[in-house]
Amino acid sequence: MQPETEPLPVLLREISTLLAKDFRLEWRQRAALGGLLLYVGSTVFVCFLSFSLRGGTPPPPAWNALLWVILLFAALNAVAKGFMQESPGQRLYYYTLVRPQAVILAKMLYNTLLLTAVALLGLFLYTVFLGNPIQDAPLFVANLLLGAVGFATTLTLVSGIAAKAGGNGATLMAILGFPLMVPMLLLLIKVSKNALDGLDRGLSHQSLLTLLALNMIVGATSYLLFPFLWRG
Amino acid sequence: MTTAAIIGSVSGLVMTVGGVWGGQRLVEQRGGGALWKGLAVLLIVGATVAGFLAPVPALPIVNESIRNLFFHVPMWFAMMMVLLVSVWYSIRYLREPSARLDVLAHESAKTGIVLGLLGLATGSLWARFTWGAWWTPDPRLNGAAVAMLIYGAYLVLRGSFQDEQQRARVSAIYNIFAFAAVIPLLFVLPRLSGPSLHPGQTGNPGFNQYDLDNTMRKVFYPAVIGWILFAFWVAQVSSRYVFLKLKHNEQ
Repeated sequence: MQPETEPLPVLLREISTLLAKDFRLEWRQRAALGGLLLYVGSTVFVCFLSFSLRGGTPPPPAWNALLWVILLFAALNAVAKGFMQESPGQRLYYYTLVRPQAVILAKMLYNTLLLTAVALLGLFLYTVFLGNPIQDAPLFVANLLLGAVGFATTLTLVSGIAAKAGGNGATLMAILGFPLMVPMLLLLIKVSKNALDGLDRGLSHQSLLTLLALNMIVGATSYLLFPFLWRG
Repeated sequence: MTTAAIIGSVSGLVMTVGGVWGGQRLVEQRGGGALWKGLAVLLIVGATVAGFLAPVPALPIVNESIRNLFFHVPMWFAMMMVLLVSVWYSIRYLREPSARLDVLAHESAKTGIVLGLLGLATGSLWARFTWGAWWTPDPRLNGAAVAMLIYGAYLVLRGSFQDEQQRARVSAIYNIFAFAAVIPLLFVLPRLSGPSLHPGQTGNPGFNQYDLDNTMRKVFYPAVIGWILFAFWVAQVSSRYVFLKLKHNEQ
């Protein structure tokens, strides 16, 4: 096989075109985006209603667990529509225009941006309705962003795989994606618990570094594997 | 890191790579193999008999249940090796697709699942009689459960395709992706999470931490080798069965 000698800017241009395409599509089909935001909003509201029965806010461990469960399911819903929206014909069309590496990188970038926005909005709504027990806010938000990036990178390839299977894509995505996200979630929940309790930041360094390394591993493997997925 | 830890890690890496390389040769072997299969039978039978009869140190709480070490730990070792072989077949499949490599990857993964379930069962039994519960929220136990979920998902994914080539390619991709994204963490996470009941938790999980005395080593190492060879044997037999079925369907 001949090594690719094309200059990097071509890849970057393809990525930015695809990214712009994704944003434009999202804007034209606002129902999907609105559905996602409504999903987050109504879940938070249901949590608020259930906890208001006991008068007031949940204890910090429950607060933490619920937030991550909400974000996990929101991420699943947000990423699921990425590849599944596209028809096989559309995919074939992209195939003739751009390289698969550009497709996966653009999709990961797009999902990262989308999930970052969803996570921040979710956190905002959550603190408004369920109180704010966070003691180390910068660490908490940094961890949240790392989580959004991690969810996006992991789920992007999984959604590509689930889209290939067709039919019950959303269910398959949950089955394929959850086990992959458990280790990441464990680290995220641990760090966000540390941030909630305002523990010394030194305690979270190792976990944060592991998260970062994990994101890189997942991104790199997605980049390497996607061309094979796309070929069919 | 101490010199011992570095030597331990390097030799572990060399043994793993060697094991995968040798393992895939054994699984693919067309005929013969009486020697290593005989060795596998000999080692497992020997280690099982010795595992029940050999003298063990009387440690508090663990007592005689320490004999489970000769069964539980080798099963996990064998599972890891045969799953690594499965990933290796998946990588080879993506480089040059063939139905044969797909079958080999699938059957190796299934063998790994069986060994993983056996490891869970023996571990659960051990936990019941030493820790007092069938399951504890220990990072290592959770990791084992996650690994089983991943391979369950792998089987579900395979089941949801009609087209054989598509199934082979996509499941190979998932196999590699899941392995790369999760399995390394199963070794990292327990070390991040502080003290735990499960041995081999902090620092380098050298065997000295299992409080192995020299008699136990003499049973433990043969048991590990025996179970790993047995895993390759099972993968080989079940792949051959599928090859025969494919051949029969062609005619």
